[in-house]
Amino acid sequence: MSEQEVKILAIESSCDETAAAVVVNGRDVRSNVISSQIALHTLYGGVVPEIASRKHIEKINQVIAQALNDAGETLDTIDAIAVTYGPGLVGALLVGVAEAKAIAYAKNLPLIGVHHIEGHISANYIENKDLEPPFLCLVVSGGHTHLVRVKDYGVYEILGRTRDDAAGEAFDKVARAIGLGYPGGPKIEKVSHEGNPHAIQFPKPKVADGPYDFSFSGLKSAVLNYLNSCQMKGEEIVQADVAASFQNSVIEVLVANAMRAIDEYGMERFAIAGGVASNQTLRGAMEEACRQKGVKFYHPSPILCTDNAAMIGAAGYYDYMAGKRDGLDLNAVPNLKLGER
Amino acid sequence: MKILALDSSGLVAGVAVVEDDNLLGEYTVNYKKTHSQTLLPMLDVVAKMIELDLNTIDAIAIAAGPGSFTGLRIGSATAKGLGLALDKPLIEVPTVDGLAYNLYGNQNLVCPLMDARRNQTYTGLYQFDENGMHTLIPQCVVGIDEMIGQINDRNLAVTFLGDGVPVFKTYIEENCKVKFAFAPVHMNKQRAGAVAALALQYYKQGKTVTAQEHQPEYLRMSQAERERAEQEKKAAGEPK
Repeated sequence: MSEQEVKILAIESSCDETAAAVVVNGRDVRSNVISSQIALHTLYGGVVPEIASRKHIEKINQVIAQALNDAGETLDTIDAIAVTYGPGLVGALLVGVAEAKAIAYAKNLPLIGVHHIEGHISANYIENKDLEPPFLCLVVSGGHTHLVRVKDYGVYEILGRTRDDAAGEAFDKVARAIGLGYPGGPKIEKVSHEGNPHAIQFPKPKVADGPYDFSFSGLKSAVLNYLNSCQMKGEEIVQADVAASFQNSVIEVLVANAMRAIDEYGMERFAIAGGVASNQTLRGAMEEACRQKGVKFYHPSPILCTDNAAMIGAAGYYDYMAGKRDGLDLNAVPNLKLGER
Repeated sequence: MKILALDSSGLVAGVAVVEDDNLLGEYTVNYKKTHSQTLLPMLDVVAKMIELDLNTIDAIAIAAGPGSFTGLRIGSATAKGLGLALDKPLIEVPTVDGLAYNLYGNQNLVCPLMDARRNQTYTGLYQFDENGMHTLIPQCVVGIDEMIGQINDRNLAVTFLGDGVPVFKTYIEENCKVKFAFAPVHMNKQRAGAVAALALQYYKQGKTVTAQEHQPEYLRMSQAERERAEQEKKAAGEPK
């Protein structure tokens, strides 16, 4: 029996990437177009919501047209429209949501609002055809740090989350403090290769009443305190050592919490997702930890770790198959919770 | 010729469909719900009521700004999505021109006032005669004092309208030296019908853009850009 093809046009505009993709049956990416605004926001040391929103409206039609064109499809051959409706920057989300609704309405296509984090998790389905729930997933990005138990397609249980800064946010803040600039993740990882990860003992913060929760603001403060005390004592600050030691602390905590959850819930598969998941040092550490436990480790390629629409098409497909449909009044929900419908 | 017009530039959400000399349907809502939840469902209601086949429209008109940044983008993204899906051109109607056109044929000068916050107004000055609407001052963002000064200099009676009227009413009453009036409730805010009426003229003049080209006319930089420009100006002005 041949499976019927479901072609989804997916749109993502929750932060500073305008993206569109065509994905077939949730795992076969026919096109994946991303227009990044990073250069623009670098001038301001971080994402400026109003500027991001303006760029989205400028680029969105071009990005969608290119995604259709790259895939060799037209709106007449597409079966459904999926769009990120939260969480994210409300003004940015609204551009994609309004555009997607108008296209779905004009073409009389089903519309599916997709959760951005479910998209990141689902990015793992694209390159790992064997990956199926249940599995454990760590989502680490500039806005999110979640340890999620994926029980089934579209069924999530959040085991842990950050109590303050997201992991990527901590990277950005520390990068700024040691003069590396924005975006912090890739810059810290790069200089860390030149540094000693054990040069400085930064704390590995644990959250007392939440075994799987994270807290990175104390670690960030410890780095700032270290920098201050060096300056006061007139000691030289070795940028690469600070970066490597900080990164090492973050990774140790991420690995420890993930492995604890794997043991507790008896998980056999573990995946990482989100922008920070493209950090090679983190991947290496997770891979090694999983190998020791005999747990299969999954991760998306860097292009699918960053914000993209292919992952929204993947998540949207499973929502579509579960019968989820949204109406013309679909709104952007900036603080949308995982598993909330 | 059939044109669909959308306006979500301010508190009002509006949808209208005109065909030649007929306004086939118009829906105006001024309620607290976000345009993201109202605009497209309103279009759906109008379209069903007039049995509109979207493929038969010639162009999509949009109140293209100025206005609420988010409101403008909801309207623009809706128009761009429709334009992309239907392969139709867009017609950009300046929001303030559209507001002024509500008062077609008015004997007075017409001055729309939109509340632009930060003690400013999105405004312009218009005059009607037998040939239609003439723009005396194109839409701009200025302080109310500047616009009232311009009106006083012209020494002609004026009618004000727009969501800026309640904000600036006291100032007008105290400082406007010419005769003035305020537009009544059925024509004192954005109306998609007026946007559509102007769009008909633009379409005949060939003033259309592609859905891809269109973006809102904000008349203002974002706050971050403005602060950065000010800092650079300050830095450039400092002696080395």
